[in-house]
Amino acid sequence: MIPDRNSLYGPLDPAPEAGWAEAPPRMGFFTDTSICIGCKACEVACKEWNDVPTSGLDLLGMSYDNTGALTANSWRHVAFIEQPRPADHRTPPFGGNPTGGSVSADSAAIASGTGNPTGTDPGVPPGSPEPAARMAAGPEFLGMPGAEPPGRATGAETRTDFRWLMMSDVCKHCTHAACLDVCPTGSLFRTEFGTVVVQEDICNGCGYCISACPYGVIDQRKGDGRAWKCTLCYDRIGADKTPACAQACPTESIQYGPLDELRERAAARVATLHERGVPEARLYGHDPTDGVGGDGAFFLLLDEPEVYGLPPDPVVTTRDLPKMWKRAGLAALAMAAAAVVAFVGGGSS
Amino acid sequence: MAEAHPVGFQWVMEAKQRGARVFHVDPRFTRTSALADTYVPIRAGTDIALLGAVVRYILENELDFREYILAYTNAATIVSDQFVDTEDGDGIFSGFDPETGGYDQKTWQYAGQEGNSGVRDTGEERETAAGLRHESHGMPISGHTQRDETLQHPRCVYQILKRHYSRYTPEMVERVCGIPQEKFFELARAWTENSGRERTGVLIYSVGWTQHTVGAQYIRTGAIIQTLLGNIGRPGGGVLALRGHASIQGSTDIPTLFNLLPGYLPMPHHANHATFDDWTRAIRHPGQKGFWGNARAYCASLLKAYWGDAATPENDFCYGYLPRMTGDHGTYQQVLNMIDGKVKGYFLLGQNPAVGSAHGRAQRLGMANLDWLVVRDLFMIESATFWKNGPEVATGEIVPEECRTEVFFLPAASHVEKEGTFTQTQRLLQWREKAVEPPGDARSELWFFYHLGRKLREKLAGSDKPRDRALLDLNWNYPTHGPHAEPSGEAVLYEINGYDVATGRPLGGFTEARDDGSTAMGCWIYSGVYADGVNQAARRKSRHEQNWVAGEWGWAWPANRRTLYNRASADPQGRPWSERKKYVWWDEEKREWTGYDVPDFEKTKPPSYRPEPGTSGPDGIAGDDAFVMQGDGKAWLYAPAGTVDGPLPTHYEPVESPVRNALYRQQSNPTRKTYAHPVNSVNPSPPEEHSSVFPYVFTVSRLTEHHTAGGMSRTVPPLAELQPEMFVEVSPELATEVGLTHLGWAHLVSGRAVIEARVLVTDRLTPLRLDGRVIHQLWLPYHFGFEGLVTGDSANDLFGITLDPNVLIQESKVGTCDVRPGRRPTGPALRELVDDYRRRAGITPGRLSPVVTSDGGETRNDS
Repeated sequence: MIPDRNSLYGPLDPAPEAGWAEAPPRMGFFTDTSICIGCKACEVACKEWNDVPTSGLDLLGMSYDNTGALTANSWRHVAFIEQPRPADHRTPPFGGNPTGGSVSADSAAIASGTGNPTGTDPGVPPGSPEPAARMAAGPEFLGMPGAEPPGRATGAETRTDFRWLMMSDVCKHCTHAACLDVCPTGSLFRTEFGTVVVQEDICNGCGYCISACPYGVIDQRKGDGRAWKCTLCYDRIGADKTPACAQACPTESIQYGPLDELRERAAARVATLHERGVPEARLYGHDPTDGVGGDGAFFLLLDEPEVYGLPPDPVVTTRDLPKMWKRAGLAALAMAAAAVVAFVGGGSS
Repeated sequence: MAEAHPVGFQWVMEAKQRGARVFHVDPRFTRTSALADTYVPIRAGTDIALLGAVVRYILENELDFREYILAYTNAATIVSDQFVDTEDGDGIFSGFDPETGGYDQKTWQYAGQEGNSGVRDTGEERETAAGLRHESHGMPISGHTQRDETLQHPRCVYQILKRHYSRYTPEMVERVCGIPQEKFFELARAWTENSGRERTGVLIYSVGWTQHTVGAQYIRTGAIIQTLLGNIGRPGGGVLALRGHASIQGSTDIPTLFNLLPGYLPMPHHANHATFDDWTRAIRHPGQKGFWGNARAYCASLLKAYWGDAATPENDFCYGYLPRMTGDHGTYQQVLNMIDGKVKGYFLLGQNPAVGSAHGRAQRLGMANLDWLVVRDLFMIESATFWKNGPEVATGEIVPEECRTEVFFLPAASHVEKEGTFTQTQRLLQWREKAVEPPGDARSELWFFYHLGRKLREKLAGSDKPRDRALLDLNWNYPTHGPHAEPSGEAVLYEINGYDVATGRPLGGFTEARDDGSTAMGCWIYSGVYADGVNQAARRKSRHEQNWVAGEWGWAWPANRRTLYNRASADPQGRPWSERKKYVWWDEEKREWTGYDVPDFEKTKPPSYRPEPGTSGPDGIAGDDAFVMQGDGKAWLYAPAGTVDGPLPTHYEPVESPVRNALYRQQSNPTRKTYAHPVNSVNPSPPEEHSSVFPYVFTVSRLTEHHTAGGMSRTVPPLAELQPEMFVEVSPELATEVGLTHLGWAHLVSGRAVIEARVLVTDRLTPLRLDGRVIHQLWLPYHFGFEGLVTGDSANDLFGITLDPNVLIQESKVGTCDVRPGRRPTGPALRELVDDYRRRAGITPGRLSPVVTSDGGETRNDS
């Protein structure tokens, strides 16, 4: 049994800790973005299986991403990042063509303001142009976006490199899930597979989970009021079936299985990519000692997490609750003591 | 491929993980480019210049697989001394007739065969898209040829090829395609280094490659490279066509085309095929060698399947009942005929020409001028509602109250709501079961046609008119089941497979077909799919329980062969070229061909077999003639017949191009099929004047999120929301030049139409530098129309109608246009804008570009 002091933070196996006797191995997703082809089959399969409503018919201008974010009505979200940065192992796509300056950063900045109502809250939050541009340009980007209109630099062969990143994002099914910790009704619960699921018939729509999620995943459906997110297809995996998104993925970019196995496979994949001259390959959310105790759904990325719109160092928002309660308790004790002192003092005067 | 065929692309990704190198050539950087090792941007419509340069690279550096090409190709064959190449004809081969725009192919023949009886004027072949019938076999040609095994003879194919492509240099690739030389060399090196005895390379194209006025020759060029490198008939090689829909392969095998009957038998022509004997003789060419020699049995068995007991040897198996072609009955000719009031009725099944075909306005105007139109589809598509919601209603060209066409919309069952087969690009037939009942009145195609035929026959019963005999004598008895009397798909498959007429025994394969009326066979190349009374297409044996070729999964035509011409995977003596690429070989002990696949060769014919001179039919094929369907048993680097626009692929500019052909004075394909009709037009290209009115090149293709004309995706919420609006992709450089802003509006104008779209400014498009000039290309998805959950203007409206001469496929992957910021005008002002452009470009009704431009015409333009 893991000691109490760790139960809101640090490594642990969540299902037994949640009280499941004889829990099966923890199941999860490993999403390898290096082989994602951006087909969005995961988004469609998820909506079909889980009967998730449409999230609006809006052209967002964020490359081929017209979903925008994970919301109550989009439980898988494929991000597309057009990036004017080199991928060293590949031939520069536009080397030798008469290209001017890159426009990726500018168009990302313009697109960042196009979030439209998705019928959910907070839905696709409007982005800020500046960070959006910074992310599209990759970590090396230093200048201000839009300083020079694109293509002005005629003849200068400046756009010699380009890459297009694609990544299918999903609920992380954290080891320490703040959404679950703060849920007052017990609607959010930890399954025997170690995943985190909302029971829609119990959710009262309080929305505490939304502000608690360090990734901005969980979201509320307007009119319905309840919180919705990926269930890791609880109904399918209970019947020994693969979740819909992983089943539909044509390139096995989304892999489903026992988390321990996936972590081993992921480490081997990173090593292979490093051997093949892709030093930028890295894992995200795989580490049990990170701020959320490791994710049940983790990723292989080809750039910094911020580029994909992921927080670089997520921390479970309830980590400090014991300390806060302890402090609050101390404060209350101190106040009580002071009051007592005051009374006692008052009485003695 | 990732963009339009994501499920198939998984195998490319798997190959890549095992170390394969992936090159992607495309005008726009797509999802495929994102995953490829090398992306090569190209100017749309210049692929022969690129591939021709690869041919030159191979020949100049002697990188061909010499033993392979000597044994299995016509590289050593001597060509007639009357043949004149485009190098000497300034872009035109010998035999051209400017009057007809066609070639007399006599001079293209092998030496000594100039009088070959199979050769006709290409003018007529073009009218009937005759090239299509070569999908299953080569053009008949005599196998008795003169050869020079040293490849030194100046008129041997090898030397002709070398001369033909001598000016297709890397510099020329840069000038014509806009591909930097460094990239060209990277591609050429990788391709040649990964071919040969130990390695093979594959060429994959999607059907956009066919949608050019030189489309068939694009594929020929690819085939020449693959043949030179020994990548045909061997594992990991080939030229793979990714088809545009499920079972497009099936719909040419058992065709929905005007000029073909099942199994690539030509539809009879009224003048050339008066009798059954004329018809079959034209197919099998008596005295020629190869497997086409049995054609008479295939023809007789087909007619026997159609007309059953009524078909007898005495009445030529009811050959008289078959419709005859009188000329071009292709889809574009039909549409123009509709506009001219020559067509009364039209069936549309699973097709949406109002959005999906070139020149959408012509399509809609044509369909608005019929007596009746039957549309069978899953959803209410644009081709069913054009008369009330189409763009021509807004411009006043179609008035709903006055439109004379009566439209019948019939709901169709989808692929999961009916049983049947899909034939995919590997020629693999896969049976699928019905998963759910179709909703409401939706019915399968099989149901529709069976019951339509049944009712027509009932109505005509008792008729004594000769014209009704063809219908009344039909063998139209299929068992039905269920409350809606659904015909049995398996019964149809059984008929396609063929059976012994006397006993009903299913035939084992096409070799059992007879020309005496004792066999019936619906499609000879599919024979064997129901062998032993078993639905072979329904086989589902796991790949883990059989060898890697997985011959027991589904069934492939012909005779369940997975790789055609696989005799070429062994050397002339019948030994595998290498252990690594072992596939099919001669077992000397057992005296038979064996291997992982079904050998594409007579099982017991030894490699050492040599026919007696003058032997015809299959016996004329030698033990080392790997290409058994060809009249000379050889793969054709040079095609002495069969292609109407030349024996060797030649770079011609697209019919609409902003630049002059850098290789020849002949600007575009002189044999292209054109239609001089008031509704049709071609934007001027050099050497004509005013080409600068339409300065930009545009190309269209697909997005992963949508399917073709959008009928199955813009109507489905989870798909529609993923690409919710029509857009145009432009490079930042073009956006600056024209003043377009990201997510703003733009409209594009051609001589046919103006359409509007939202703008995506993206680094994924690049300008190209040609001859010191910068060319901008735009890209549009062609999925959008005015019906469905998400709508937008149709990109195909921009195209005119000009076709490839071999197969009558339209050039709808490249055109010229102008682009302007902001939205397009609406109402009558829309046509005024187009008319203004036409005026400026000198486009008068029915005007065509000059066919031949070798006459120094360009001087007029350079001023």
